Amino acid sequence: MPPGEPLLRPDWVVNNLDVIGERLGEHLGMTATAVGVGFVISFALALMIRRHRALTTAVIGAAGILYAVPSLALFAFLIPFTGISFVTAEIALVSYTLLILVRNILLGLESVPPDVLEAADGMGYTSRQRLWRVELPIALPIIVAGLRIATVTTIGLVTVTSLIGQGGLGYLIVVAGINAFFPTAIYVGALLSVALAVAADALLLAAQRRLTPWSSARGGTA
Amino acid sequence: MTTAAPDDRSPVAARGQPSNPPPSTTGAVVELDHVTKRYGPPGSSPAVNELSLTIPAGEVCVLVGPSGCGKTTTMKMINRLVEPTSGRLTIDGRDVMQLSPVDLRRRIGYVIQQVGLFPHMTVGENTGVVPRLLRWPQARIRERVEELLDLVGLEAAAYRDRYPSELSGGERQRVGVARALAADPPVMLMDEPFGAVDPIRRDRLQNEFLRLQSRVRKTIVFVTHDVDEAIKMADRIAILQRGGILAQYDTPDAILSHPANEFVERFVGADRGLKRLSLARVRDLELIRPVLVTAGTDRTDARRELQASAVDFALLADEHGRPLGWIRATDVDGQGPIDPERATPGASLIEPETTLRDALSAMLASSVQLGAVVDEDERVVGLISVDQISEVLQSGNLPGKTDATG
Repeated sequence: MPPGEPLLRPDWVVNNLDVIGERLGEHLGMTATAVGVGFVISFALALMIRRHRALTTAVIGAAGILYAVPSLALFAFLIPFTGISFVTAEIALVSYTLLILVRNILLGLESVPPDVLEAADGMGYTSRQRLWRVELPIALPIIVAGLRIATVTTIGLVTVTSLIGQGGLGYLIVVAGINAFFPTAIYVGALLSVALAVAADALLLAAQRRLTPWSSARGGTA
Repeated sequence: MTTAAPDDRSPVAARGQPSNPPPSTTGAVVELDHVTKRYGPPGSSPAVNELSLTIPAGEVCVLVGPSGCGKTTTMKMINRLVEPTSGRLTIDGRDVMQLSPVDLRRRIGYVIQQVGLFPHMTVGENTGVVPRLLRWPQARIRERVEELLDLVGLEAAAYRDRYPSELSGGERQRVGVARALAADPPVMLMDEPFGAVDPIRRDRLQNEFLRLQSRVRKTIVFVTHDVDEAIKMADRIAILQRGGILAQYDTPDAILSHPANEFVERFVGADRGLKRLSLARVRDLELIRPVLVTAGTDRTDARRELQASAVDFALLADEHGRPLGWIRATDVDGQGPIDPERATPGASLIEPETTLRDALSAMLASSVQLGAVVDEDERVVGLISVDQISEVLQSGNLPGKTDATG
């Protein structure tokens, strides 16, 4: 850091709002893509496990290994196949969501009380109707809890993908900040990333409360 | 393509015009013919063994027995939650194996001990589940839900939009019954429906349910492990013993008075004579004319009336005819008006609907072995005595039961 350089230069922020906004949008997009794709894959895996219980250990184990691989190593491994690209970044990000999402979807489905399942069968729900109209709605709070963790984690991880030319706000931190010895960009990138995580988490929680009014009705009205 | 057929027996097709009281499909005959269920391989001991039962339309058949007797398994074979290994089950002559399980279950009401209300649906939505599965129009579902909540004693306006977590245990159970009745099924299966409720509320729910049944006349298969509940609820009781063997299938009265074997005798208990008293009600007895006195009655008059009467006690009542206490014949000596201070307070008040067993307990608990039978305004209509009931016990003939054996 050059001597005399202030920690935060407001004029830089004002003059670069367009760049900051663009990176923020990119960050949001990468997160949404990763969590969205991760959720679709996890949902399919969870349904598969429900049908074939024996797959539980294999699927959870594989997701656990993916989760444990350091991101840098994963990039290095993927670059020969998908290059220094958006796809490489997303494959890594999606991999990290799987363990959390698969586990929470399964936990959510397991949280449905057995008497509710028996009643649903006795009423004459088909197994598909039972899944969509009874099990998933009841599992929703736990599934959303998983989505919140996955989203917050992914927002943090996106910054790392700046190492392979992506990165959203991570670009501000690594390229404009660290590489150029420019603290203002580091602060702006980090603060916005944290703010984004907090906002996304609050938004998902609000959505869940709205979708599951029954889960907060507990306790009763006397 | 079958839905429009004129001979379609589905309750949906049968319900045409809405009217008051709720139009309902009354029960269908349920028949089990040599039904066996084996969970293990062929040759292993069966859970239900060659069971044959005919449950007449509109009757309550209680399956009772110790745990492991296959009563729940038997019930679940009727809506195919459990598939029979062999044998035939029919509802109104139609083999249940010929229907898809889903269609079959939508035509059979189902109530379980833990209720199993859907926590994410309101009371109204829970009640309307089967009509929605059957794709009734919205307006008709709404109307039906209102009618049903009313039927089970929950005010629709107050309860429709509540969630199950906001209800008491008894209220949940009622919603469970309303939900099972929603599509007006001819047959209802109830698996220990009142098992999770405390004894006082259970008694109330049972009475309510019997009143409801006298209106809807469904064929009900009711599972319990409680003999007293079986005696109270059943038109017919099937007593099963371990291994799913039918020990006896008969009316409660016949089972209590003529147990088929030692197992049944032990299962219904040594006090089966007393239990039989639950089958008759006070209204079936010939009431004794009371000697009614008030605080102003002259002792000479009371004495004369008591001498002419069959009882040794006069009943002291207030000006509305509501009983206050008993006056012993020996306490009306001398002259002047009756002294209410000398009355033995707390006459047992007995309603005509009370069972003889409960009436006996009430009378034995008080020092005077008489009961004052009162109407809904608590005015005395007559008396009963412990002697009358012990006569019933000794003779073996239940009053009011002579024509109820078939």
